[in-house]
Amino acid sequence: MKALRLTLAAAMGAAAIGAAAMMVAPAMAQAPATGAATLDAIRARGTLICGVNTGLAGFAQPDSQGVWRGFDVDYCRAVAVALWNDPGKVRYVPTTAQNRFTALQSGEVDLLVRNTTWTLSRDTSLGFDFTGINFYDGQGFMVKTSAGVRTARDLNGATICVQPGTTTEQNLTDWARANRIRFTPVVIERLEEVVGAYVSGRCDAYTTDVSGLASTRSAQPRPAEHMILPDVISKEPLGPAVRHGDQRFADLVKWIHFGLVGAEELGITAANVQQAAQSDARPDVQRMLGRSGDLGQMLSVDNAWMVNIIRTLGNYGEIFERNLAPIGLQRGPNALWTNGGLQYAPPLR
Amino acid sequence: MSSSTADPRLAKAGPPRRPIRLSWSDERLRGIVWQVLVVGIVGLIVYWLWSNTVHNLAVRRIATGFGFLDREAGLPIGESLIDYDPTDTYRRALTVGVLNTLKVAVVGVVLATILGTLVGIARLSQNWLLSKIAGFYVEVIRDLPLLLQLLFWYTILQSLPGPRQALNPVDGVFLSNRGLLLPFIEWLPAHGWAMVALVAGFVATLFYARAMRARQYADGQPRKVWPAGLVLMVGLPLLVWIAHGAPFTPDIPALRGFNFRGGIAMTPEYFALLLGLVTYTAGFIAEIVRAGIQAVNQGQWEAAQALGMRRGDILKRIVLPQALRVIVPPMTSQYLNLTKNSSLAVAIGYQDIVSIANTTLNQTGQAIEGIAIIMLVYLTISLSISLFMNWYNSRIALVER
Repeated sequence: MKALRLTLAAAMGAAAIGAAAMMVAPAMAQAPATGAATLDAIRARGTLICGVNTGLAGFAQPDSQGVWRGFDVDYCRAVAVALWNDPGKVRYVPTTAQNRFTALQSGEVDLLVRNTTWTLSRDTSLGFDFTGINFYDGQGFMVKTSAGVRTARDLNGATICVQPGTTTEQNLTDWARANRIRFTPVVIERLEEVVGAYVSGRCDAYTTDVSGLASTRSAQPRPAEHMILPDVISKEPLGPAVRHGDQRFADLVKWIHFGLVGAEELGITAANVQQAAQSDARPDVQRMLGRSGDLGQMLSVDNAWMVNIIRTLGNYGEIFERNLAPIGLQRGPNALWTNGGLQYAPPLR
Repeated sequence: MSSSTADPRLAKAGPPRRPIRLSWSDERLRGIVWQVLVVGIVGLIVYWLWSNTVHNLAVRRIATGFGFLDREAGLPIGESLIDYDPTDTYRRALTVGVLNTLKVAVVGVVLATILGTLVGIARLSQNWLLSKIAGFYVEVIRDLPLLLQLLFWYTILQSLPGPRQALNPVDGVFLSNRGLLLPFIEWLPAHGWAMVALVAGFVATLFYARAMRARQYADGQPRKVWPAGLVLMVGLPLLVWIAHGAPFTPDIPALRGFNFRGGIAMTPEYFALLLGLVTYTAGFIAEIVRAGIQAVNQGQWEAAQALGMRRGDILKRIVLPQALRVIVPPMTSQYLNLTKNSSLAVAIGYQDIVSIANTTLNQTGQAIEGIAIIMLVYLTISLSISLFMNWYNSRIALVER
């Protein structure tokens, strides 16, 4: 009897440990580990699996027909167009601030385009490669217009709503420490709940990236009742991320972004790209649109990759206007460098 | 007399042991072989999973180990039982999380037991209205998902007025969507010592009550315990407090700027979580209590009545001691459920261990370690509850002679 009990206990204990390890291990085991395996795996599968936000107006949100739309979504589409000339060959995986990194690490998604800030620790200890900055953002505060707050420094003693698991929490504490501001945090995981807590007055202010604030504000029944404070307390360069060791795939995603920015620099738009491909005599336009050279082949995609992308989605400026202008975001630092912004593409040659 | 006893329970030695034969027909040898085999296979599976994980983590250059515990956390925590500042380490932040979980679990278990017992008894009441209300409560509470109930309570608390329009029923008491604020006293060492005296007085009262009961068994005379208890539990702390100079500075909450300062606060997050867990679990406990009382034979009631005992005394001395044997084992499950359900706190922004460990694993990217910490904490709390309840159960079990 005692012997049986011992065996049972051992088996149950091991089963518990096994189950715990199982949650992590199988996903890890099937993910290809090195080289260009990801790009080959995507090709073999015939769809790109793209990790996006669970729902942030302007960046990634399903519309009334259930079709994903947004700035980040268009980047997923651009990769699919470069690979297969078909923006539909993307499967979107909504990820929370919490599970997005595990999703990418474990190979559940190929590419993470989800308002993710490029930081040193994410680049190194999480094992990611960021492929560029498609949106220069910064953390700000939103308050009710009726609160009489004019700058972030007026928030001393306030209760501030914040979502966990992001750089936001850390920025908030750093900023409060630097400015000797005392605040009470209310930390809620789900976006709907945290916004609800702010709107109901549980918090005096809500903090996240300014782009997210603009998105939330535009979704309110009366946006004018809320104001985004002028202070920006952090740098939040957002960009797509891939796993370490995916050099060929990382190159492709990186140069799609630069291609989109470069096309805006050259004045190539969805409307004129076909014509430009035929008749524009500028050598850099010809290289970009695959009339001369073999830039596409260097990235192991079709030489007409940029033509296809721009024809389907437009250039960087058009993607921005279509998705982010409606939620009230200005180009600001995301204007081209020639217009005083920060968006600058290395040459495609 | 001593050596001739035939009672087998008094015989310590078992049947004589045979030596193990190296043969498949030997039952004990077979048992050992199977055990070694099963443990070995399980061990291999665990080793394979472990090495696979470690290898994959290394290939992806994802950091491993618990070194991050000593790094600065930098995460804000709204409420904490111990001093905490974002410059403290992850270790301290996680400790705050464990304490917050315990704070809601311990208070929740006590309140749910009280409420559940009352509802359970009310359901058996001969008062038609009371028993129907209790029945309605149990059916509604049990049939709705807990997460829904938590969000419901939290939303209700959020719709309270803001701090500037706070409800102020009594001087110094404020109720707003920032929580419930109560006046308190400025806490000094003298109050700590008075607290120690209170605990000492409580223990002394227990011993006194035991001694009095022993005397009652000897001569049959019931003795009053409460006068001595009053002296020990009220007089002693008061004496200690006065000996320390009787310091008393009221700390009354007041609105300064955005929020209240001073006093003690119960946040809406904590209150909503506690309310949700207590009302939910009490619904189940009520049914367990009802079943326990009904499990006691009606003859016990009648026999006690025949001895001239009052109804309250029958419940206390005859029925409940027998009902407890039925009630305690399923009660353990409910306590475990309440503790584990407290992890739903994440949804309404109460920073328990899950919330803080989640943030930690996001900031450090070490998911496996974070999950392991959460599992370890719940396992420790749950096993402690189980051990205590099993001990209590064996204590109250019917002693068979």
